Amino acid sequence: MLEVSIYRYNPEVDSEPYMQVFSYDTQGKDVMVLDVLEKLKAEDPTLVFRRSCREGVCGSDGVNISGKNGLACITPLSEVVKNNKLVIRPLPGLPVIRDLVIDMTQFYAQYEKIQPYLINNTPAPAIERLQSPEDRAKLDGLYECILCACCSTACPSFWWNPDKFIGPSGLLQAYRFLADSRDRGTEDRLANLDDPFSVFRCHGIMNCVQVCPKGLNPTKAIGHIRSMLLSSAT
Amino acid sequence: MANMRTMSFDAVIVGGGGSGMRAALQLAQSGYKTAVITKVFPTRSHTVSAQGGITCAIASDDPNDQWQWHMYDTIKGSDYIGDQEAIEYMCKTGPEAVFELEHMGLPFSRNDNGRIYQRPFGGQSKDFGEGGQAARTCAAADRTGHALLHTLYQGNLKNETVFLNEWFAVDLVKNADNAVVGVIAINIETGETVYVKSKATVFATGGAGRIYASTTNAHICTGDGIGMSMRAGFPVQDMEMWQFHPTGIHGAGTLVTEGCRGEGGYLVNKDGERFMERYAPNAKDLAGRDVVARSMVQEILAGRGCGENGDHVFLKLDHLGEETLNAKLPGILELSRTFAHADPVVEPIPVVPTCHYMMGGIPTNVDGQALTLDDAGNEQVVEGFYACGEAACVSVHGANRLGGNSLLDLVVFGRASGLFIEKQLREGVDLKDATEDDINRAMQVLNRINQSQEGEKASVLRAELQTIMQNHFGVFRRGDFMKEGIEKLKALRPRIENVQLSDTSNAFNTARIEALELQNLLEVAEATAVAAEWRTESRGAHAREDFQERDDENWLCHSIYLPESQTVAKRDVNFTPKTREAFEPKVRTY
Repeated sequence: MLEVSIYRYNPEVDSEPYMQVFSYDTQGKDVMVLDVLEKLKAEDPTLVFRRSCREGVCGSDGVNISGKNGLACITPLSEVVKNNKLVIRPLPGLPVIRDLVIDMTQFYAQYEKIQPYLINNTPAPAIERLQSPEDRAKLDGLYECILCACCSTACPSFWWNPDKFIGPSGLLQAYRFLADSRDRGTEDRLANLDDPFSVFRCHGIMNCVQVCPKGLNPTKAIGHIRSMLLSSAT
Repeated sequence: MANMRTMSFDAVIVGGGGSGMRAALQLAQSGYKTAVITKVFPTRSHTVSAQGGITCAIASDDPNDQWQWHMYDTIKGSDYIGDQEAIEYMCKTGPEAVFELEHMGLPFSRNDNGRIYQRPFGGQSKDFGEGGQAARTCAAADRTGHALLHTLYQGNLKNETVFLNEWFAVDLVKNADNAVVGVIAINIETGETVYVKSKATVFATGGAGRIYASTTNAHICTGDGIGMSMRAGFPVQDMEMWQFHPTGIHGAGTLVTEGCRGEGGYLVNKDGERFMERYAPNAKDLAGRDVVARSMVQEILAGRGCGENGDHVFLKLDHLGEETLNAKLPGILELSRTFAHADPVVEPIPVVPTCHYMMGGIPTNVDGQALTLDDAGNEQVVEGFYACGEAACVSVHGANRLGGNSLLDLVVFGRASGLFIEKQLREGVDLKDATEDDINRAMQVLNRINQSQEGEKASVLRAELQTIMQNHFGVFRRGDFMKEGIEKLKALRPRIENVQLSDTSNAFNTARIEALELQNLLEVAEATAVAAEWRTESRGAHAREDFQERDDENWLCHSIYLPESQTVAKRDVNFTPKTREAFEPKVRTY
């Protein structure tokens, strides 16, 4: 039997959070962490977590699994069980609503700050705007972000300044638009980020790169933004 | 419910997926007070899982492509019970709607000339079936749904749409005239119940694949709009028509895009034979999905299935080469490695037909207005009530949807609904206010669930329902078997209505939501079962062992399931497109 320790907190009942230990019979199968959560919820319906697509594209079930942020639905037990133990906690650094569900308001607010939409006020053609395959390739590794918050909630700079530092996820998206050959908002976007906190609180710790379930590299994107900010300042 | 809060909007959209956000965008741009009620944060909606693309005659791959060819393919794909006026509208308006998405920033893949990349998909042809395979599906690698959904969310942020994220709509509120005047909704985080009043209520609640045990659909696809609509006494259309996608990963159910076959992949049986050459000599692996899914099941039943239990077939991709796979199908590589433990670069993916899409839904006209039948059986618009996307049956998919047409459907008809509601609001909407009784009626199910301490667990009942649907209403169907399934569902109804809710807290109570979703699953399952048993022919996705032929004389029609009498009626298929002559039914071969 696998020992599964899960963070529990119901604000209506509990004065403080606690870890509850469940047993789970793996029947020798290497299932996903989400399968374990679903099975435990079937037995104890009060256990609360978010989930939707169960295939790693919707970004609902970001949790902290045995110390590392990841998506429960695409994390197999073999990757995270140590000494027959599995520990599941909410993503760190943001307020907990209940059990594994965090309040993501600040995370989304940072995303909204970067103007996450194409800016191009020139009249649109009757067909699509053209873009070369080479220019389109510049968006690879950026547009695939699923807003799961695994990266930002693994980032010490975001823990310290969740209201002022955009965080790796938001900055990855900021660069997604800066890198888009169809976008005309570069000046405005850079001006918006040009302060001591929004970008420059990134200290290159690279936790974001370590945990991104989609294999994306926010640190690299942040590096590109830094360069753009520095060259636009000179 | 004197102490219940009321929130008022010009338009309320239930569902934050592709169709809901496209409708919302249209209304937000027009300045009307619009809210989206969505049970998950919008980018978690199931549109995100769409992979291969959005089919549309934008004439990029083939400069001579025509929307009429796309229309022909869609009608043929529908096995001739798609409404031709709606299909015409979708195929004709499609390019405009797709270009709008591109202008909003959707990161489509590109051809060397800078135009949008299009790939071949099943059931596509040039020149009305005479000119060979077309490549008409506009793609953003194999993450088109993700790219589309995020782009629409971004567009809505730009236009300051009000989002009620993680709110769950429980039931429709109807006034004395049987018009819809909003919904009862729960704020999941706080547990507060609110009457959300609106001049226009749009159901963009998506599909209900979770009625089956094995499905490509997300956990959240529980047919909430269908359930609410049926409880309000409104009919549903073509609910027997469920698409089984040929390539769900064996065991996991996760989708493997048809784009794999579009890029040159193909299916093989245990002998390594490319068996689709026998079933569809021309289109082979790119025949209609219903045809491919049935062929796979026949191979398995004939003992030519793969694996220890011979219960699946293989999708072969390795011959395409690593470079192509990385460029065109990167998401599939990820999914296969994660869920099938197979690396498509060197080995085939084990796949099996898996429940994927609900062709049926809330009947609507091209403007998204929901339709009902009056006492004399005449069609009638339900004032204040609209539907679009998978929840609606407009009907552009008929008995079988073509790949890539769902994303087009949701964008085109989300937009059309928005445009029509905008016009209605401008002209003035005057609906009677709901009385306290009207609101209390909409609270009945929630009140019952909230007090239900006895009963059985939702997880147990849900699994039982899914097993019944899987066993009795699968790829192949038989009358006696379906009758048995209907009896089992009848016996299940009181147990599901009496589902236990042991968690009575208010804060993020997902047990309550799951109990409510279960009520909706039951409604969808029942309508599916009764309509399937009723249609005594084989057409599109509805394949009966006891009635193997298509029967146009008796069944060239929609089914309309009437929830109050639990009976089924026939409704005429539309054969009057506006700008060209109709396509007459003919034998459907690929």
